[in-house]
Amino acid sequence: MSFDNRLDTLYRQVIMDHYKNPRNRGVLEGDSVDINMNNPTCGDRIHLTMKVEDGKIVDAKFEGEGCSISMSSASMMTQAIKGKTVEEALALSKVFSEMMQGKEYDDSIDLGDIEALQGVSKFPARIKCATLAWKAMEKGLHTDK
Amino acid sequence: MDAKEVRKLFPILSQEVNGKPLVYLDSAATSQKPLPVIEALEQYYREYNSNVHRGVHTLGTKATDAYEGAREKVRKFINARSSAEVIFTRGTTTAINTVAASYGRANLREGDEIVITYMEHHSNIIPWQQVAKQTGATLKYIPLQEDGSISLEEVEKTVTPNTKIVSVVQVSNVLGAINPIKEIAKIAHKNGAIMVVDGAQSAPHMKIDVQDLDCDFLAFSGHKMCGPTGIGVLYGKKELLEKMEPVEFGGEMIDFVGLYESTWKELPWKFEGGTPIIAGAIGLGAAIDFLEQIGLDHIAAHEHKLAQYALEQMSTIEGLTIYGPKERAGLVTFNIEDVHPHDVATVLDAEGIAVRAGHHCAQPLMKWLNVSATARASFYLYNTEEDIDKLVAALKKTKEYFSHVF
Repeated sequence: MSFDNRLDTLYRQVIMDHYKNPRNRGVLEGDSVDINMNNPTCGDRIHLTMKVEDGKIVDAKFEGEGCSISMSSASMMTQAIKGKTVEEALALSKVFSEMMQGKEYDDSIDLGDIEALQGVSKFPARIKCATLAWKAMEKGLHTDK
Repeated sequence: MDAKEVRKLFPILSQEVNGKPLVYLDSAATSQKPLPVIEALEQYYREYNSNVHRGVHTLGTKATDAYEGAREKVRKFINARSSAEVIFTRGTTTAINTVAASYGRANLREGDEIVITYMEHHSNIIPWQQVAKQTGATLKYIPLQEDGSISLEEVEKTVTPNTKIVSVVQVSNVLGAINPIKEIAKIAHKNGAIMVVDGAQSAPHMKIDVQDLDCDFLAFSGHKMCGPTGIGVLYGKKELLEKMEPVEFGGEMIDFVGLYESTWKELPWKFEGGTPIIAGAIGLGAAIDFLEQIGLDHIAAHEHKLAQYALEQMSTIEGLTIYGPKERAGLVTFNIEDVHPHDVATVLDAEGIAVRAGHHCAQPLMKWLNVSATARASFYLYNTEEDIDKLVAALKKTKEYFSHVF
């Protein structure tokens, strides 16, 4: 059901599915990159752990609190970076950031579920929700180098 | 008071947002501005913009008269004994920081206590955390009752003869609770402490009499009471302000400047370093005239009615939790089960309804409520029962929308 088409471009089915059934929820034990980040203006927070071996992200998990956009974005992000090299993950993050800003982005990279977040760019107040997990990932991978 | 007539004086309210008539329910964050305030600012900039207290020329005199005239309006508005007790600041935050940095640092030492409550805004927490760290004083919190109100018994228990400063919000920006400041001040004074009041959410909505409350300091902001941003007030008892050192040094606040030593102007100007917030003060003066013309008692009664109506209507929505006591100021903070407040605010925005979502600059209170964020609808003199009906209808839609996308 929809009472507002504009809202439907934001709350896509895929997003709500990730919000309701988050993938990779939890905390990785042992030697892993460990990042806490919050969005001080709204109170959203994420705890991201990633296992990086030989320049490759072999596992990623997140815990956190926040709205449907921030939590689904975190779920999609962890799903997308698993199995990617650090360089590939950072390149994906760049594409995501450009997509959020409504800019042209490299569409040769397969975004999968993440593409559903494109509608967020039309809701300026919610962009920060979507980018929180990605910023945490970037910070983690940069400090890991 | 006829809110529908009052609305006509607020040009911003007659617009559409996302194709729907704007319903502005975020006045606790900042209020809208009526024509008399907009016109006073425009008139100042068009006709007599000038620096104050120095020029010999005609415009300078006019600007000085208007600036000092605004101070007198504030004095009457809060019933201070003297306009020397009214200091213009950038807002509530700067006002409380001034008390903490000047009075606090000079008067606190190890073993002393500062007492605040769990319902404070960050601007009435962090200045005290900082001064506690600097002086070795201890910061203590008055716990809240189950409904979010403060009991005087708990105040009695928390405030001790070691307490030097008690600082409490008069109206909570989250719970809407109206605190018994006069009685808390009595307890503070009995123990030899001073009483600081955060009036950011009370000054716009109810009559405040600083002599009756017997508070030592009161802080509030212009922009929440129909005035411009960037102007606020620190009221302080003269005998305390006289003993305090300024926090900002420079132009405007000096008496005599030597090579190695300087002296300060008298009150209130010693606390107003730099070119003051002239337009802001004039705008605040116009806002006070506007509010007094309508009458603070009428505004308070109108908002009380709106709050009670909102409570009644919103409590019919299943799965909606309301925070704070029943007897409250004009705001309702709430959550809808299984829908994050940001998502609530986005759906309401699509309906043209502006509410606040987040932690409301009150993270310790959010923790006490055991939530990470909440949504808040806040009312002012221009809101109507129709606004609340639209809110309630939109909240029902929100619930339905999310029950279907799930």
